[in-house]
Amino acid sequence: MKIMVCPLSGPRNISEFTYGGECHEMPDPSGCSPSEWVEYVFFPDNKAGVVLEWWLHTATSYWFLAERNTITNRIIRTFPASEVFSERMEFTIKATSNENKESRS
Amino acid sequence: MPFGLLKYGLRKNYPAEHHFTPATDLKKHYDVVIIGAGGHGTAIAYNLAKYHGIKNIAILDKGYLGGGNTARNTAVIRSNYLTEEGVSFYRESVKLFQNLSNEFGYNVMMENRGQLTLAHSDATIRSFRWRAEVNQHLGVRSELVDRQTIRDLVPHLNMDEDVRYPILAGLWHADGATARHDAVAWGYAKGACDGGAELHQLTEVKDIVVEKNKVVGVQTNRGNISCGCVVQAVAGASSLVSRMAGIKLPIHSFPLQAMVTQPYKPLLTPHVSSPHLHVYIHQTSRGEFVIGGGSDPYPLYNTRSTLEQKETLSSAILELFPFLSQAKILRQWAGVTDMTPDYSPIMGESPVENYYLDAGWGTWGFKATPICGKTMASLVATRTVPELIKPFSLERFYRFEQVNEAGATAASH
Repeated sequence: MKIMVCPLSGPRNISEFTYGGECHEMPDPSGCSPSEWVEYVFFPDNKAGVVLEWWLHTATSYWFLAERNTITNRIIRTFPASEVFSERMEFTIKATSNENKESRS
Repeated sequence: MPFGLLKYGLRKNYPAEHHFTPATDLKKHYDVVIIGAGGHGTAIAYNLAKYHGIKNIAILDKGYLGGGNTARNTAVIRSNYLTEEGVSFYRESVKLFQNLSNEFGYNVMMENRGQLTLAHSDATIRSFRWRAEVNQHLGVRSELVDRQTIRDLVPHLNMDEDVRYPILAGLWHADGATARHDAVAWGYAKGACDGGAELHQLTEVKDIVVEKNKVVGVQTNRGNISCGCVVQAVAGASSLVSRMAGIKLPIHSFPLQAMVTQPYKPLLTPHVSSPHLHVYIHQTSRGEFVIGGGSDPYPLYNTRSTLEQKETLSSAILELFPFLSQAKILRQWAGVTDMTPDYSPIMGESPVENYYLDAGWGTWGFKATPICGKTMASLVATRTVPELIKPFSLERFYRFEQVNEAGATAASH
């Protein structure tokens, strides 16, 4: 079985992990255009080569980042998300009365 | 007898029939360049040449004719989808498949064997009832069947109640079928080349030339060509090719692994699939059992084999057909499936003018070959999007109008 190194639990079978999608910079949810948001949510790079991805160690619910080659399937590096995200991300949406009207119509 | 056959073969009155044009140099200009010589690419060329009078066509392929996912799919034809858009589209495809051998004058070995999808939970039975109603409303033969009918349809199926997931009911789809997948691509390629199209194998597209948001040419390893329009039909590499034209697609590429056993006497008529166990099986006309399942759990541009996927498939299929425990796996393979978020394909226009997309075919590409060829050719020739494929435009993601076929597609093929 293929082995993945969890930054928290060490080397484990790949079947213990869940793929969580590509890691991209998130556009500002309250300021970006709908099409920017669509591309962030639905349009991955789907690159053939080295990609940065989210992975979950399912047994411990621990999310981390991995660099993996999508041609050879070699896992180059796994590391805690804190290396990239230094502060907590807030998702407060500045709803205005205008926006509410639009979404209802 | 062998000498008689040899004499027959060498006689000039019966020259070998060529399926496609022999290799020539690329012309400087083509009206239509189709990237990908699989079932879809050749079907588009065939329809353009035969029904729209467009002859100056080049079909380019990095490899060889029908050597990609056309050769790697498990040749399942069905139309029992869930959405009105999906069912209507695949229904037309099944109809075209039924007449394909006549159309080509070439046997694609279409066999109407039916498809049985198994329910192991109440929730699945509810969704089957829903699918059966939608299908019947749109003129597709689907019905919910009980355990006794399942026994009659597939006598060798394990109907024990003391297994991990006992079979509760089934969705019987009488229109389900199978055909020789290679022959479909060969038939279309032959017809397209007879009609004037050129097939260029071992011709890799290196770049796509876009000027003022309009595609004007293609650079290949065998030279540059200018073109009126480009159609990309490259299942498994859709994101990579469209990126050359500057188009981003909502696609993740996952490998899907399948395998076949040694041949047995004919004993399984319909195609049997279990979405719950993530496995499906049918017996080919030469007796082998083709076994497939869900895609791999994470994206990869690689057709390697994994033991864990083989174990999952085997354990699931042994629950349904225990006699297969004696069977040997003859061969295995994988194909790269381009999965879209809503499990529906992407067909039609792209953000680049004169660049047409035939992508996102995940695990449902082979069964759509004839209708996709017909509608895409009509789009290229008339520049109007046929009604049947309007719901599948790339634009739908920007309007949040996805065509959700997740339930009717995942691992049930």
